[in-house]
Amino acid sequence: MSDHRAAGEEHGHKAPNYMLIWLYLFILTIAEVGIAFLSTFPKWVIVVGLLGMAVWKALLVALYYMHLKFEPRRLRLVALVPLPAAAIMILAIMMEYI
Amino acid sequence: MAHAQAAIMDRPPERGLDVYTQKVGMWVFLCSEVMFFAGLIGSYIVLRFGASDTWAAPGEVLNVPVTAVNTFILICSSVTMVKAFAAAEADDQKGIKRYLLLTTLLGAMFLGVQAFEYTELVLHGEWQGSHGFTPAAGLYGATFFTMTGFHGFHVFLGVVCLAWATIQAYRGRWGKDHHHGIEVLGLYWHFVDLVWIILFTIVYLI
Repeated sequence: MSDHRAAGEEHGHKAPNYMLIWLYLFILTIAEVGIAFLSTFPKWVIVVGLLGMAVWKALLVALYYMHLKFEPRRLRLVALVPLPAAAIMILAIMMEYI
Repeated sequence: MAHAQAAIMDRPPERGLDVYTQKVGMWVFLCSEVMFFAGLIGSYIVLRFGASDTWAAPGEVLNVPVTAVNTFILICSSVTMVKAFAAAEADDQKGIKRYLLLTTLLGAMFLGVQAFEYTELVLHGEWQGSHGFTPAAGLYGATFFTMTGFHGFHVFLGVVCLAWATIQAYRGRWGKDHHHGIEVLGLYWHFVDLVWIILFTIVYLI
């Protein structure tokens, strides 16, 4: 592990603690299933909570496992490009019901 | 010999984005993949809003505990993938082989569990009084199999590429000066994991 950390430092950043990220993902997955089946909150609270945790997990994967947190700013911009485009597309489809 | 050594070394980052070309190419490809899955998810949301009475409650038809275990398997495969990359950066040949092999096996295990899930649904699933939950089971069945099926196809392609990368690892291809291939493959694999995180929540839990 120490060898791997040293290797990460060669790329200009300290290698993240990958096992800690894995633990976060594991705990969040268990929490999601627990909230979906065991909680007594109103439906909309459950939906918002589950979506929030899904986005949190996705961010952990993108930032630490895909190393976006450590990439040059211009590459991060490339990665962000489809997000507003996807949001516009989904909203445009949903306009059918507005 | 020196020429052969130079030929298998990774190219340095290009000017401009300050990133090597293959990584930029993979990110641009992943951008197109985001739009592909956004189309599927957007359609799913609209169809579900429009016909919510034809959707089952979470766990009523789908086997959530089995899929939660499958989600865990995919998360584990992401950590082994990133460990393979870290091992390559550190020129740890044993680590590269071990983690690439583990990632391939975990990816194959995910596909096996998904195949089991599909088989159980088609043969023993119950939905709106009919026996068997298939892609023909209304909008619910069609959207479920379309979204998880396309994701499964992406996992399958990833497992094929991982198997190739593992074979290459046992031939000594990857190392400190030649690991861009593992990083680019890792980007694809983590993206597949990321998409599943979203799909698991939207399709199985909400």
